Amino acid sequence: MSTLNTAPNIARPDDFYAALLAAHEGLSKAESDALNARLVLILSNHVGDMEVLEEALALARPRG
Amino acid sequence: MNKIFEIPLYPYTRSPDQDAAAPVRRKVVVVGAGPVGLAAAIDLAQQGVEVVVLDDNDKVSFGSRAICFAKRPLEILDRLGCGEPMVQKGVQWNVGKVFFDDRQVYEFNLLPEDGHRRPAFINLQQYYFEEYLVNRVRELQAVGAPIELRGGNKVLSAEDKGDHVALSVDTPEGEYALEADWLIACDGAGSPIRQMMGLDFVGRVFEDNFLIADVIMEADFPTERWFWFDPPFNRGQSALLHKQPDGVWRIDLQLGWDIDKDEEKKPENVIPRLKAMLGDEVKFDLEWVSIYTFQCRRMEKFRHGRVIFAGDAAHQVSPFGARGANSGLQDTDNLCWKLKLVIEGQAPETLLDSYDAERIHGADENILNSSRSTDFITPKSEISRIFRDAVLDLSEQVAFARPLVNSGRLSVPCTYDGSPLNGPDCNAMPARTRPGSPAIDAPVQGGWLLSQLGGGFRLLTIDADAPEVLEEGGIAATRLALSAGDTPELADRYLGDALSAVYLIRPDQHVAARWERYDEAAVRAALNTATGRA
Ligand SMILES: Cc1cc2nc3c(=O)[nH]c(=O)nc-3n(C[C@H](O)[C@H](O)[C@H](O)COP(=O)(O)OP(=O)(O)OC[C@H]3O[C@@H](n4cnc5c(N)ncnc54)[C@H](O)[C@@H]3O)c2cc1C
Repeated sequence: MSTLNTAPNIARPDDFYAALLAAHEGLSKAESDALNARLVLILSNHVGDMEVLEEALALARPRG
Repeated sequence: MNKIFEIPLYPYTRSPDQDAAAPVRRKVVVVGAGPVGLAAAIDLAQQGVEVVVLDDNDKVSFGSRAICFAKRPLEILDRLGCGEPMVQKGVQWNVGKVFFDDRQVYEFNLLPEDGHRRPAFINLQQYYFEEYLVNRVRELQAVGAPIELRGGNKVLSAEDKGDHVALSVDTPEGEYALEADWLIACDGAGSPIRQMMGLDFVGRVFEDNFLIADVIMEADFPTERWFWFDPPFNRGQSALLHKQPDGVWRIDLQLGWDIDKDEEKKPENVIPRLKAMLGDEVKFDLEWVSIYTFQCRRMEKFRHGRVIFAGDAAHQVSPFGARGANSGLQDTDNLCWKLKLVIEGQAPETLLDSYDAERIHGADENILNSSRSTDFITPKSEISRIFRDAVLDLSEQVAFARPLVNSGRLSVPCTYDGSPLNGPDCNAMPARTRPGSPAIDAPVQGGWLLSQLGGGFRLLTIDADAPEVLEEGGIAATRLALSAGDTPELADRYLGDALSAVYLIRPDQHVAARWERYDEAAVRAALNTATGRA
């Protein structure tokens, strides 16, 4: 059984963050929303494991 | 030329029951001669149970309605003696195309598994299907089976008296009273019987309307299923094009909620829509147009004493996935053998409660699947539309997104996991034939497995010993002896890692229990469990 990796795992965090913002540059709100949705789907498929995905979904929900 | 759905196939004639001094008691009365009621009646009559079908109409379904029939219903129809004309007349298809906006995003092939007698799906107008069922009723009558079909007989009231049901029936020549030991209500989505009994019908009504049109055209569109999301000719909505026999094409156009149904149905409004879809140059005739507001809901219980509901009367689903008529056939398949055992005193009445348990499980599965399709096809929120469009966009480029596209998950039979009728399982054997599942067809010596199983309890043995007949409390299970060497499909679907197998199979061809070797006490116990006698 795999679990969601919540420890730091990205080697160069600042580079990744910059790349994420760069991908959205010049896009309208609608285009950005669409990009985010595609990105979520692409990464979810890469993860594949339903248990990990469910953990991630739970973690992403607003705390309340 | 008269269409089959314009000809009275079972016109009203006077029955001696109308002139009887006291109400005549019938074993089973079926209300409704739609596909589900006719299938129930044929199933019972084939098993020698007396049945009378009442319908206020006298014709088959007007317009095509359900058009897509899946493999399991065809197998059930084989058992009822009408699978062959369905498959002969029906159109077979495997390729589907998905369009988004103005372009095709991908194409798929269902690639049905080999080694089955029946195809994964056929397309056929519901009126043909009903015609074949009526023909089968006539065939059974010709050989003296106890089945009657009374057109022009409208049920006005039905009352459960505890040991029978009292009916009053209206006819062109006035009312008469009739009694039934058991009543099967197959009177459709609006079920008057359900309303007379004041029973619930809860669920989710989707706020959407569909224009359903059958057009006759001489076009060479291929025999494929084409589905459009947000096409230029129906902005913000969906569309479906599917072929039926006789050059008839089914077109479904989503209309949205806020529409004037009568206005939309007028040919002067329908024809321009279809022209925009098919292209100006294509010549077509409109055979049938209807507007369909769909809903997903079911009764809380399908059995109410001596009144048992089946088909649309018991549950309704959205049209995506062709589950309406298909699941109704699985209802009667499940019910009729149980009712026969109860009527003949071989099983307790409580066996009928397993119909509730098993078919509610089936209805919930269908409702879940079709609700999910609906949520994909008609996104209910901004974010759900964003994800839907993202899936469609990606599906054009990458394979992973294609299984996420949901334009209707086509009907597959239900496995009755956890049913009170299930007996022991054997872990070495394949999951797909575990207790509760419908037996899977396979080629065998001299034909097909399912044809050889037929109806009745069977002991299917593969390289295992067993007596030719095992009788327990008046119910006999007869052996079908096969060998793994017969065909690779048989071993693959029924043995798995086991070297031999003994399957106890129910009359509806669902697996009741399975073992590696025959053990008389265990099989007897499973037979009792499967008939509600444990
Ligand atoms: C306009 C329309 C379009 C549809 N399109 C699709 C589709 O595209 N795909 C799909 O899978 N399904 C579709 N369906 C659903 C599909 O046709 C049904 O699932 C199927 O017909 C259910 O069969 P049934 O026998 O349960 O009920 P029905 O076929 O509705 O039969 C009920 C019968 O009961 C009779 N009856 C009613 N009340 C009484 C009474 N008081 N006394 C005597 N008889 C009575 C009626 O005359 C009728 O013959 C559609 C339905 C409609 C109405």
